Amino acid sequence: MKDLKTAGQATDLPEFPMQRACPYEPPEGYAALREQSPLTVVTLFDGRPAWVVTSHALARELFTDERLSSDWTNPRFPVTSPARGALQKHNVMVGMDRPEHGHYRKMVIPSFTVKRMNRLRPRLQAIVDERLDAMLAAGPPADFVESVAVPVPSIAICELLGVPYADHEYFESETRKLVIRTSGEIAASALANLRAYLDKLIAVKEAEPGEGLVDDLIADQLHQGRIDRETLVKLCTIMLTAGHETTANVISLGLLALLRHPEQFDALRDDPDLVPGAVEEMLRYLSIAEVVSRVATADFEVHGRRIRAGDAVFFTNSAVNRDPDAFPDPDVFDVRRAPRLHTGFGYGVHQCVGQNLARAELDIVFRAVATRLPRGLRLAVPFEEVKAKGPAGPQGIIDLPLTW
Amino acid sequence: MRVTTDTGRCVGAGQCVLAAPEVFDQDDDGTVALLTDSPPDEEHENVLEAVQRCPSLSIALGGA
Ligand code: HEM
Ligand code: SF4
Repeated sequence: MKDLKTAGQATDLPEFPMQRACPYEPPEGYAALREQSPLTVVTLFDGRPAWVVTSHALARELFTDERLSSDWTNPRFPVTSPARGALQKHNVMVGMDRPEHGHYRKMVIPSFTVKRMNRLRPRLQAIVDERLDAMLAAGPPADFVESVAVPVPSIAICELLGVPYADHEYFESETRKLVIRTSGEIAASALANLRAYLDKLIAVKEAEPGEGLVDDLIADQLHQGRIDRETLVKLCTIMLTAGHETTANVISLGLLALLRHPEQFDALRDDPDLVPGAVEEMLRYLSIAEVVSRVATADFEVHGRRIRAGDAVFFTNSAVNRDPDAFPDPDVFDVRRAPRLHTGFGYGVHQCVGQNLARAELDIVFRAVATRLPRGLRLAVPFEEVKAKGPAGPQGIIDLPLTW
Repeated sequence: MRVTTDTGRCVGAGQCVLAAPEVFDQDDDGTVALLTDSPPDEEHENVLEAVQRCPSLSIALGGA
């Protein structure tokens, strides 16, 4: 039976992760990997061989397998670019295993329940309306990323956390440096800056409490001795960064996909109640969280392969969510598909904690896009000029120039 | 159909509430709360969807 060493001896191992050619399509090489086997071997930037999961059934099985660890402090935890190393000490919740993971996850989930998100909807609606009004009033051309896609989730997470939106330019640009990961030094300094920013904010809030999840965490966890200050800073940094950059990518890529599939855009315009299903289809089809990393902590067999402790394992969501065994005609963008079991938010105990905030934001944004934007809406530049972000972080586009 | 949930495993993703809001709710602490442990026939399909969607495998089905 092949293990990573024997399977990895081939000289022509594909490099991983691959770059998207089209901003909303998975890299072309991922389908070929899946056709080879649900579990194949690739090589990382540093020459390290790694397992890649590309089938939906196997992904669901392994996402819940506790022999695959999220522990970022494990020296064998794999990184997909030199800059990822900076994140490794940043290991609260998302970089932890059970039961430690649950201790921190339980501190934040009360703020993200379906009920809480429903109560937030009128405020989210007001934020979306305000941004769209401003974009329409200013007239064409407009950059949809700057006018809607980034500010909507950013304002929403600020209000939920109790972070002043006035600081948005600073934390948005530092977050972008962190996730785009052009170099290890840039990512490390961006992370240090974000932490220093939140550390200061926590100090201000300790002296003068406000309203929001950060204030709740200070009162209920920090001051009760359930979390130390450094860990609280890390936790708040994760909530702030994960809370805006991800959803922004789905908003901008989702609109790009609609503009490229006018019959699908028309379907939403004719029946905006298709939007919740269309949002699930965007999460599947766009799979902006393309790669999720794990390290094996035990030897075990799966699919005729032997995984050993210390092996790197990557879930490739954009391949998993285009698996024809799970989604018929997987490469067709169909707003009526309303897929339920996509892994766009991951699967297993780390499945996105902000998913119902993201769903509410996306629902309100795309209802407004379907009902309020002029029919003549189109790209203001040739499609070929809309460039995908690099392969290491969340997938998205830098700008989306529109005219109407 | 009998439904049981494991609040110790639950990670509060709310997928069960989205799939079967007549059967599942979330407590103020974010973890799953059953509205009924023996849902009527017309809810069975939704409950099966909730079982499949639950990321932490916290929902189990028993016999009649
Ligand atoms: C559409 C937008 C989003 C996408 C596609 C997305 C995707 C994901 C994915 C794939 C994971 C799993 C990572 C893993 O298994 O290692 C995850 C986890 C997480 N997400 Fe999101 N996310 C989105 C929006 C948000 C928002 C709005 C927030 C903040 C409020 C957020 C906060 C988090 C946190 C804190 C985790 C770690 C959870 C844990 O480890 O238990 N995300 N997200
Ligand atoms: S879907 Fe599972 S993890 Fe999520 S709230 Fe329901 S029981 Fe808990």
